[in-house]
Amino acid sequence: MAFGCAVRLPSAISTTTMTQLFKSLSLNAVTRRFTDSSGHQITALNQLDLNIDCGEFITFLGPSGCGKTTALNCLAGLLRLSGGEIFLDQRRIDILPPEQRGFGMVFQNYALFPHMSVVDNVGFGLKMRNVDKSEITRRVREALGLVQLVGHEKKLPGQLSGGQQQRVAIARAIVIEPPLILMDEPLSNLDTKLRIEMRAEIRRIHCQLNRATVYVTHDQDEALSMSDRIVVMREGKVQQVGTPKEVYARPKNLHVARFMGYRNVSQFDLTQIQDDRATLSAQGVTLAGVTIAPVNGSTASVAIRPEDIQVCAPGTQNSFEGRVRSVEYGGRDSLVQLDTRLGQMYARMEGEFSVDQTLTLHVPADRVMVYEGEQA
Amino acid sequence: MIFVPRDARAWLIMPALLSIIALFIYPFSYGLMLTFEPMDSRSVWGNYSEFFTNRRLWYTLIITLQLAVPATLINVLAAIPMAFILRRKSRYQKLVTTILVIPITLGTVLIANGMLSYFSPTGWFSQAVLGLGLYESEVRLTHNYWGVLISLIISGFPFSFLLILSYVSGIDPTLARAAATLGANPWQQFRRIYLPLLASGLTMTACLTFVQAFAVFPSAILLGIPAGATRVLSIAAYEAAFESYDYSLASTIAILMGFAQLIIVGLMLLGRRAFYSGPVSGAKG
Repeated sequence: MAFGCAVRLPSAISTTTMTQLFKSLSLNAVTRRFTDSSGHQITALNQLDLNIDCGEFITFLGPSGCGKTTALNCLAGLLRLSGGEIFLDQRRIDILPPEQRGFGMVFQNYALFPHMSVVDNVGFGLKMRNVDKSEITRRVREALGLVQLVGHEKKLPGQLSGGQQQRVAIARAIVIEPPLILMDEPLSNLDTKLRIEMRAEIRRIHCQLNRATVYVTHDQDEALSMSDRIVVMREGKVQQVGTPKEVYARPKNLHVARFMGYRNVSQFDLTQIQDDRATLSAQGVTLAGVTIAPVNGSTASVAIRPEDIQVCAPGTQNSFEGRVRSVEYGGRDSLVQLDTRLGQMYARMEGEFSVDQTLTLHVPADRVMVYEGEQA
Repeated sequence: MIFVPRDARAWLIMPALLSIIALFIYPFSYGLMLTFEPMDSRSVWGNYSEFFTNRRLWYTLIITLQLAVPATLINVLAAIPMAFILRRKSRYQKLVTTILVIPITLGTVLIANGMLSYFSPTGWFSQAVLGLGLYESEVRLTHNYWGVLISLIISGFPFSFLLILSYVSGIDPTLARAAATLGANPWQQFRRIYLPLLASGLTMTACLTFVQAFAVFPSAILLGIPAGATRVLSIAAYEAAFESYDYSLASTIAILMGFAQLIIVGLMLLGRRAFYSGPVSGAKG
């Protein structure tokens, strides 16, 4: 399968030992339960089914406590499963300890060995595999070249900046040429500028290596910009698996929609429904929208992204009126808070707006997401 | 001219400085001077040559080392696995810590008394060993070398355990997990990650435990053979001072005792330099 990697490598790394490459990694009903301090059972990860192909960049996305890190730790072998199985091709691996799985992992706090130089940190995995010295030197040099850290070989982690430590952590994980690289929010300790640079960097390294990467984050921009597929999670359950485009434009349920930035959610009466086209009304406002999954009942929740709202001439189809309550200037566009008959709404629009100004607002029908009504 | 510090707060160190001078520097220098004035007024170095030629004196140094070195090694080495098992906060950690603090608060004399009855021929221990037929003749663990060693372990182990526990729990557990994902089995994780990060703390613990054990006195008398096998340096100094009233020789023994400690501790600290001694968690930028 070809995923969106523009760069296919001429580099040396992938041509060394390709023995560990695999076809697919499958997670079957992977479940993990914890017992909390008061003795209650908590299901941190509930029946996760997923197939990961070689070359794929998969992101587990969700708010904190959604089970994404638990899923990653189960894959790495740092947590034992309470149920389910993990297979790497035909081999069952969930029963193996982490040191026998051979997956590279990048930790949120990098977990660099503070007493070892950059070279020793990166070479650690090879040393554990009894690779001979000259080979270690060569491969460490290659890996440091790949993460652009040549010239820092002799330094201790404490002497490096956050971004450099990050790169060491990545080099250390990839030098063992793992079939799967696991990353646990690796960018969350970096500043905004570096974070955006490192996104591209991680993506580049992934494409050069042509292995699978499983990435965990709570940042939707990160997920959208890096992934081939996104697994959106909530309360231990998978909500949606899809390409960034699918998850962004067609969130499967209201939770995913909310998480993907559909900030305006209001309740409507369902007046007509045909195939995936729905007509809705509430407080004298009539809107046309689309459903992603079948909607039962006479009420519906409607989700609209602030970015999909535009100013239009009065009388346009699919429009409603709103009075500007506040304007948050954001450079290219502004986030406008509006009072409408549907309640408070947010719109991200270009142009000049003033408080108390009345606007007519339009949303294209295919950008109005209709879900089953919320049980209050 | 007297140096007057511009900042009057500097005077606040005076009480501490005075007590150090009065309680340590003066007695120490006085004792040191005493060593150069032997009672029978031989040469200035008379006391020192006496110590190193008289077997009854120099052999006490060997005896003391024979007790202090194994006690230190056992205390430190036994504390490592225990601290490891209990490194995560749990009910057991609290329980064990509490149990182990008790011997520290008891004092050596009380421990010696307890051991005398527990290990005596009519005590629980000997009776149990005999009753179970584990050992045919009588097991003697008091009034010999072993009694003193055991008492040094009882009083020294909790101390080194608590110190090592704090060193171990200061190490970020993610480091070992990272090592695991890189292929290190539990032994390698210990050997390559924990041990190097602990080395400096372990040496420090060994130094402190050694100094404690080296000064052994009450238990060497109560649980050992103060006239023979456990006649340690401090007993020799005590005898010189309060039985022969030779303060000069007693001071010499005390000073030599101090030097021996200094040399060994100095060597350990010198060795410590070879180890990594920076932060023990994954450094963040």
